[in-house]
Amino acid sequence: MGLTSGSTGLRAIDRGLVIKRQSAGDFVVALAGNPNVGKSTVFNGLTGLNQHTGNWPGKTVTSAQGRCVCGGNTYILVDIPGTYSLMAHSAEEEVARDFICFGGPDAVVVVCDATCLERNLNLVLQTMEITDRVVVCVNLMDEAKKKKIRIDLEGLSDKLGVPVVGTAARKKRSLDRIMQALEGLLSGETKSAPIKIRYTEPIEEAIALLEPLVRERAGGKIKPRWLSLKLLDGDETLLKALRENLGFDISEDGEIQKALERAWQLLTEKGIGREGLRDKIVSCLVLTAEAICLDTVSFEKIGYDATDRKIDRILTSRLTGFPIMLALLALIFWLTITGANYPSQLLSDLFFRLQDKLTEFFIYLNAPDWLHGVLVLGVYRVLAWVVSVMLPPMAIFFPLFTLLEDLGYLPRVAFNLDKYFKKCSACGKQALTMAMGFGCNAAGIVGCRIIDSPRERLIAIITNNFVPCNGRFPTLIAILTMFFVTSTGVRGSVVSTLLLTCLIVLGVIMTFVASKLLSITILKGLPSSFTLELPPYRRPQIGKVIVRSIFDRTLFVLGRAVTVAAPAGLVIWVMANFTVGGDTLLNRFSGFLDPFARLMGLDGVILMAFILGFPANEIVVPIMIMTYMSTGSILELDSLMELKQLFVDNGWTWITAVSTMLFSLMHWPCSTTCLTIKKETQSLKWTLISFAVPTILGIAVCIAFTSIARLFA
Amino acid sequence: MNDTATLKDLKRGQRARVRALSSTGGIRRRLLDIGLIEGTEVECLGKSPAGDPTAYLIRGAVIALRSEDSGQIYICK
Repeated sequence: MGLTSGSTGLRAIDRGLVIKRQSAGDFVVALAGNPNVGKSTVFNGLTGLNQHTGNWPGKTVTSAQGRCVCGGNTYILVDIPGTYSLMAHSAEEEVARDFICFGGPDAVVVVCDATCLERNLNLVLQTMEITDRVVVCVNLMDEAKKKKIRIDLEGLSDKLGVPVVGTAARKKRSLDRIMQALEGLLSGETKSAPIKIRYTEPIEEAIALLEPLVRERAGGKIKPRWLSLKLLDGDETLLKALRENLGFDISEDGEIQKALERAWQLLTEKGIGREGLRDKIVSCLVLTAEAICLDTVSFEKIGYDATDRKIDRILTSRLTGFPIMLALLALIFWLTITGANYPSQLLSDLFFRLQDKLTEFFIYLNAPDWLHGVLVLGVYRVLAWVVSVMLPPMAIFFPLFTLLEDLGYLPRVAFNLDKYFKKCSACGKQALTMAMGFGCNAAGIVGCRIIDSPRERLIAIITNNFVPCNGRFPTLIAILTMFFVTSTGVRGSVVSTLLLTCLIVLGVIMTFVASKLLSITILKGLPSSFTLELPPYRRPQIGKVIVRSIFDRTLFVLGRAVTVAAPAGLVIWVMANFTVGGDTLLNRFSGFLDPFARLMGLDGVILMAFILGFPANEIVVPIMIMTYMSTGSILELDSLMELKQLFVDNGWTWITAVSTMLFSLMHWPCSTTCLTIKKETQSLKWTLISFAVPTILGIAVCIAFTSIARLFA
Repeated sequence: MNDTATLKDLKRGQRARVRALSSTGGIRRRLLDIGLIEGTEVECLGKSPAGDPTAYLIRGAVIALRSEDSGQIYICK
């Protein structure tokens, strides 16, 4: 259901995974699965939580846990990142494997996509090699039914030797089957006897040499057959995890070393090298999955995916791909701008009427001026601004964006833009993290984990801020509307839409420019290889998305207003009204910044507002308002036009407006984003670079724009 | 097609079987994981608007690959 308040802002920061068992009898159940099989939807359905969901592979990059009570038992469900495999080629796979292996789950539910079962079975088979307590959940049965794909669940269960249930995660009741299967498995009622995957003769012989020894040394904790296979493989990351979890180094054991040598001698004689062994292991898994599916899955309609392919052809063709992308972006902006107008006005009327009442109340109480100033003109006004200006656009933009996300359009954007990312030596999946940035840059930065190459991930992290988030987006709309939209009605909203679209496109272009600059300077390197999955389109649950994300966004913005905007209002009012050495703190500060700010087409107050807005971008405009108002006469600011008058009285021209928008688009990330960057990169250096790159580019662009504009003006 | 034909040479709508992978490292592992082993049938679904990457149908899933990577997957028709 798109980004949620649980996955944006401060809560986007991954705090690691510590299983919170409330009593010793609680069962820990891991939810594993390929990316984008509806794992998070299953998780949300079972736990009643609100993890970020959407139709693209890789949304879940951090593990989440939730509780589910069923039949008198308490289950702690752990949603681990989606992976194709447990062979640990990437950070997520390592996390998934280590949790299944050493996290001590009582059972593992492997969630599979019914429309693509064969590939999903690869992970099922690998999980079954590690543990017997597996429940296979064939999800998206409803989608499969629509595509006339028939799956024999009983036959599948017989062939795999573990319980198999079919679900449609959107139909909550079908999820009960998972819990029933888990209950049966954990109570011992259902016996699971996972099939053994037969490898080719030389590999089986090599395993046979090791298995008895391994059983002696580490049996009981880890399945000896699997461990033998991993020892043969010499998987470094696993050996390290083993050392930490077993408390000793099994590969150092003399007898095991000898057995390993003999096994490798045998394999080498048969012409199998290290790479070859890995290939053969995977091939056996794939072929086993293929054989199982041949008997249990039937496609009753040839061209079951014809509709998807037709849509793809329209959304990604040479002729229509880019125009549709721009049109969709513009459409979302238009709906946001037009739709936000009315509620914004309504809220602001309400807030200002309330402000008058509050003022009357303070006068009635004979309260001192400063108290009225701090609470009403400081705290209340900033709060009112943030809620009335920020809330409506976000409450409209979010559901719309979530609909696109749920539909499966975002991976197509990545597909369309990848060539340009490649030209910048970056990864196409950066388009996905960029899109997340619209919601919240901190969430976008955590999302960068879907990019495997460390160099390309850093590029994506450093450039994420060029996409305006939640807190900047409404500011841009407000300034646009004030200064560049002269007509009202449809024409006015079309003009603001076009201008906003241009601004966002500029942000995307700057992302490319910055990515390119980084990859020829401090992050030199060639573009790395990656696979981008284009998932089947899914019809979003429109009503549910709209209701849920409006609700979620409203709570989020209100929460931010109370925790960030209100205290900021207090501090800023104090700074704007208390004088030190004959002048207010704000005036001194803005006066100091003024000469430099003028170069950029701004003024000292604007630049100061951006600096003081570091905790949250929402408060940038309220700071400007308060500073301007403290020097002039108090106005009633109940419409954008009056606000414009205030700005114009303080020397704003169209150049100031454009420069402010440019700088809003390109400046340092907010405090939460910086914290997230620090957490994700584990490096102060990269955090500082992420701070500096958009700032320096922003200053340069503003200065260049202003110099040129002044020539013509 | 000759011995050096790769996935890159497939046109939209054409199918072929994988003969060998010459990719190495992480991408080789990933390709194998998604089921791209010797003998797997692959269909080319079309290029992105900018001409690269290209989408392929691999074991029921649509996967986009850059030309550098698809050029290392040898096929026989």
